[in-house]
Amino acid sequence: MQNYVAVKKLSKEYSCRRLFADVSITIPDRSVFVVLGHNGAGKTTFLRIICGLVPATSGQVDFVLCGNVLTAAEKRAKVGLVSPDLELYGELSAVENLEFFSGVRGLPFSLQRAREILEFVGLKGRGHDYVATYSSGMKQRMKYAQALLHEPPILILDEPTANLDEVGVALVDTIIRRQKEKGIVIMATNEPREVCYGDQQLSLA
Amino acid sequence: MTWQIILGIWMSGVVIASFVYMPATQGLGEMGRIIVYHVPAAWIAVLAYLMAMVNSIHYLRKREIRYDRQAQINAELGTVFCILATFTGAIWSRGAWGAYWNWDPRQTSIAVLLMIYAAYFVLRSAISDSDMRARLSAVYAVLAFLTVPFLVFIVPRVYYSLHPDLELVNLVERSFEMDRQMLVVFLASVAGVSGLYLWLYNIQKRLENLFYKKALRRRF
Amino acid sequence: MATSSFPWLSRSLAVLRKDLRIEFRTRYAYSALLMFAITTLVTVSFSVGGFMSGPEMTDIAAALLWIILFFSAMAGLSRTFVQEEESGTVIALKMAAEPEPVYIGKYLFNVVLLFSLTVLVVPLFVVMLNLSVVLVGGFLATVFLGAMGLAGASTILAAIVAKAGAKGSLMTVLSFPILLPLMLGAISATRTALGGGPPGAINADLLMLFFYNGVALAASLLLFEYVWNE
Repeated sequence: MQNYVAVKKLSKEYSCRRLFADVSITIPDRSVFVVLGHNGAGKTTFLRIICGLVPATSGQVDFVLCGNVLTAAEKRAKVGLVSPDLELYGELSAVENLEFFSGVRGLPFSLQRAREILEFVGLKGRGHDYVATYSSGMKQRMKYAQALLHEPPILILDEPTANLDEVGVALVDTIIRRQKEKGIVIMATNEPREVCYGDQQLSLA
Repeated sequence: MTWQIILGIWMSGVVIASFVYMPATQGLGEMGRIIVYHVPAAWIAVLAYLMAMVNSIHYLRKREIRYDRQAQINAELGTVFCILATFTGAIWSRGAWGAYWNWDPRQTSIAVLLMIYAAYFVLRSAISDSDMRARLSAVYAVLAFLTVPFLVFIVPRVYYSLHPDLELVNLVERSFEMDRQMLVVFLASVAGVSGLYLWLYNIQKRLENLFYKKALRRRF
Repeated sequence: MATSSFPWLSRSLAVLRKDLRIEFRTRYAYSALLMFAITTLVTVSFSVGGFMSGPEMTDIAAALLWIILFFSAMAGLSRTFVQEEESGTVIALKMAAEPEPVYIGKYLFNVVLLFSLTVLVVPLFVVMLNLSVVLVGGFLATVFLGAMGLAGASTILAAIVAKAGAKGSLMTVLSFPILLPLMLGAISATRTALGGGPPGAINADLLMLFFYNGVALAASLLLFEYVWNE
């Protein structure tokens, strides 16, 4: 097995309490990993540690690609994140947002590509409206456009279907299925229908 | 306990000696006695600030919270001694130069040091998360320290144009030479105040460690 | 390939372009800067403009100019980081960008912001206080280096303030000791440029401003990572 995410003896203490201790898992390529737990159990923090946004109290998370452990900068190029507290620039249009995220990742940008992604997430025809004018469901779709823009091998989803209607939920199904064919999905959810995607589960108590 | 008593006796001896044993200095007369208090206080202030800076850099490198606590204690002690040095310096300045405050380069740099650490404490009090507080205040301490050398360059230029009597200051300082009796008292005071700093540092560190352990125990 | 030999450059410019675009649409930071500068400028001109004569005039005018610029900068320069933090876009930015391009982009944005302020305020100041600029080149260089330095040192402080929750006047409190050497140097150079003192004296001050810029930028680049990443 060449590509995998290795979580080694991960522990996190946060201001007043211990969230989890000594979590060790290996997430293989082409699989979906689900983190479960009641509110406040540390699902979001766990995902943030995997993303490298928050430091762990102890332990580490390695992204292994073709046998090489990625550095922090390389990780950034390989991960896409959708999360309730990740926001896009409201004063920019959807296309401008995608243009910015391509530019800042050092990727070439084409209007064609932006259109394709926006169509895929169901925002066709709204690409030149400011994101601030979007409904919360549309914003959630826009977050998927941002996360998939650089075609990351690892997709991290926190509450994947928040604010989405039935069509949106079906879209997330498609995204997870496609991502599973070429990489890894790590998600935090309590929705039963999403939990059953999981090849592996971790329950945070 | 024993060496606190020794320190107490030692410092009392220094205080008495500074008025009784030590002669009045040439040029400054009775005012010269303040050197026994001013210079050691300034020296400890600089030492403590330096230690705060070193601990801040250690924290950024190793991310161990104890370095942050040590930086904080040193910054606090540095500020206490810096205030003492500023006051004694202002009194001395009154005697030597005729004014409590005249933006002499040394007064300016000590004032800016106080401002830097005042801002440092304001920043610390503004952040509740302990890791973030440690990180941001360490960055600020390093950043602030880097700008101090520029002051050393720029202040005499501004000062000189406003107060052409800089030469006079140098003249007074040059006439201010120590004789042997004075040197003995002075060195004894440096040793005593250094001991005082170590003692205070030790108490503070133990206290902070207790607070930290108490906070930990409450968590789990 | 140019983009690969300077990987930070194009990414920094992407950050700059994004910030300029947003600023152009909301004009939040710029109006804060400008309103502050105009208000203080009018107050200063109204209250002391009539009495600006004699040899001390250059001293006072130089100090007033930099006080206006300093406090205006404090009113607007922290905005760029505070907004990312408040609107939650900081997570998307962290996931996409390395710290250095973020810093450079924001620094350039603040430089542009301050330049567009000084272009308006400095000529107004000269006119409203009836000043005569003796060393025009030196004056322009002073304003240029001074504004660059203000932006350079405040950008990382803005990042610190944004993380600390942008509480009240924290930005001003933190900036003052750090910007003091720059302010004193700029005041000294401005005084010379306005005709107070021998013209040759300006060179040493300009050199100091130049090195201050260099140190502020280098230190910020090294330390920014510690502010930006948790």
